[in-house]
Amino acid sequence: MTHTASPDAIVVGAGIVGAACAAALAGEGMRVLVLEAGIAGGGTTAAGMGHLVVMDDSPAQLALTAWSVRLWREMAPFLPPPAEWDPCGTLWVAEDAAQMAAVHAKAALYRSAGIRSEVLDAAALAAAEPRLRPGLAGALLVPDDAVLYPPGAALHLVRAAREAGGAIEVREGARVDAIEAGAVSSGGERLAAAVIVNAAGAAAPRLTPDLPVVPRKGHLVITDRAPGFCRHQLVELGYLTSAHASTGDSVAFNVQPRRTGQVLIGSSRELAGWDAAVNRGIVRRMLRRAAGFMPGLGALSAIRVWTGFRPATADSLPLIGPWERTPGCWIAAGHEGLGITTAPATARLLADLIAGRTPAIDPAPFAPSRARAA
Amino acid sequence: MTAIIVDGRSIPAEPGTTVAAALLNAGIWSFRTSVSGEPRGPLCGMGICHECRVTIDGVAHRRGCLEPVADQMVVVTNA
Repeated sequence: MTHTASPDAIVVGAGIVGAACAAALAGEGMRVLVLEAGIAGGGTTAAGMGHLVVMDDSPAQLALTAWSVRLWREMAPFLPPPAEWDPCGTLWVAEDAAQMAAVHAKAALYRSAGIRSEVLDAAALAAAEPRLRPGLAGALLVPDDAVLYPPGAALHLVRAAREAGGAIEVREGARVDAIEAGAVSSGGERLAAAVIVNAAGAAAPRLTPDLPVVPRKGHLVITDRAPGFCRHQLVELGYLTSAHASTGDSVAFNVQPRRTGQVLIGSSRELAGWDAAVNRGIVRRMLRRAAGFMPGLGALSAIRVWTGFRPATADSLPLIGPWERTPGCWIAAGHEGLGITTAPATARLLADLIAGRTPAIDPAPFAPSRARAA
Repeated sequence: MTAIIVDGRSIPAEPGTTVAAALLNAGIWSFRTSVSGEPRGPLCGMGICHECRVTIDGVAHRRGCLEPVADQMVVVTNA
């Protein structure tokens, strides 16, 4: 029998959030069993861009993302090559004077939060990214943002925790059918643990009914290799409007250089249930939007298009904390498009709450009970 | 006989043959370099595998096995 035959904690889901939580709980000295329905890091974690980005939609989101990007940067020297760490920074691209005003406001907010940023005028932006179309107003450069390959990073989190002496067992192909107080059932087997963490992402409400998380579909396109095509993660400032419109479909210019020289092109948002089929209409809109900012994209070949499901909440904040209705059950889900960014801080916050410590940031905005059932 | 310019060197090519055939006839087997740094060359010879990609007249990722040669065409391998 393995050392996790009688675990102290069971984590449901081995996406990047579940992996980070398992690593943090193992760091507390707990024996951790991770149950993953598919393969580790193979769900929403594998579908995303892997952009580690400070976001400021709300003070709570700024606190969580800033903390978490800092934690990633601390881990960066230890990340293995498969994690494809690239400290390329983010450029928030402004199209006009009104968006430039938003750039200055964002710079001031970041300064007050201790996050480095630099305002680029039109000429400096053109020099930084020559393939952007002429006539853009400028940008905000956030140099401490980064990019990685999420499945590689998720596996590293588990491995690093083990190397530090942590007891973690990951079972793949182990679908959990129900979570109850102090136990889960999986394939007819009942597995008990004092702590159960639902980190099943968009599937979390299947196990914790009434959890207000819905799948929000996205598309990504990756091109052939074109080394040096762009140098930063490029996001239009209007992304915030697109990302936060809680209903309806939207697309935004969001382009990323990969370590392979490929260009990853996003992004789209749709509420389409669990229909994973590629929606050609929205892909066309997304690529048109991207080519509007970078006309040269039209000359590259797209070699793959795929979809994924972000676990979305109504207020764009994840659910991190106890689920009072089921004693011993904790939630770490609902990270929408920021799960890769916020996995390390989520795990620290959750471990602090489970251990009864005061977390580094206020946990109240993330309390799963804050939201009414959707 | 026509000639194409491969990596700055003129090589002869039979009219009507493909870029891939011309390169192979000239003893050039490595057309490109994989992400992990390995040499790659034509495999299927019919446009499916993409292993024979070269830069032709400044356009990257052209499949050498599908492109007929043209006199003084400029080909860059391992771009």
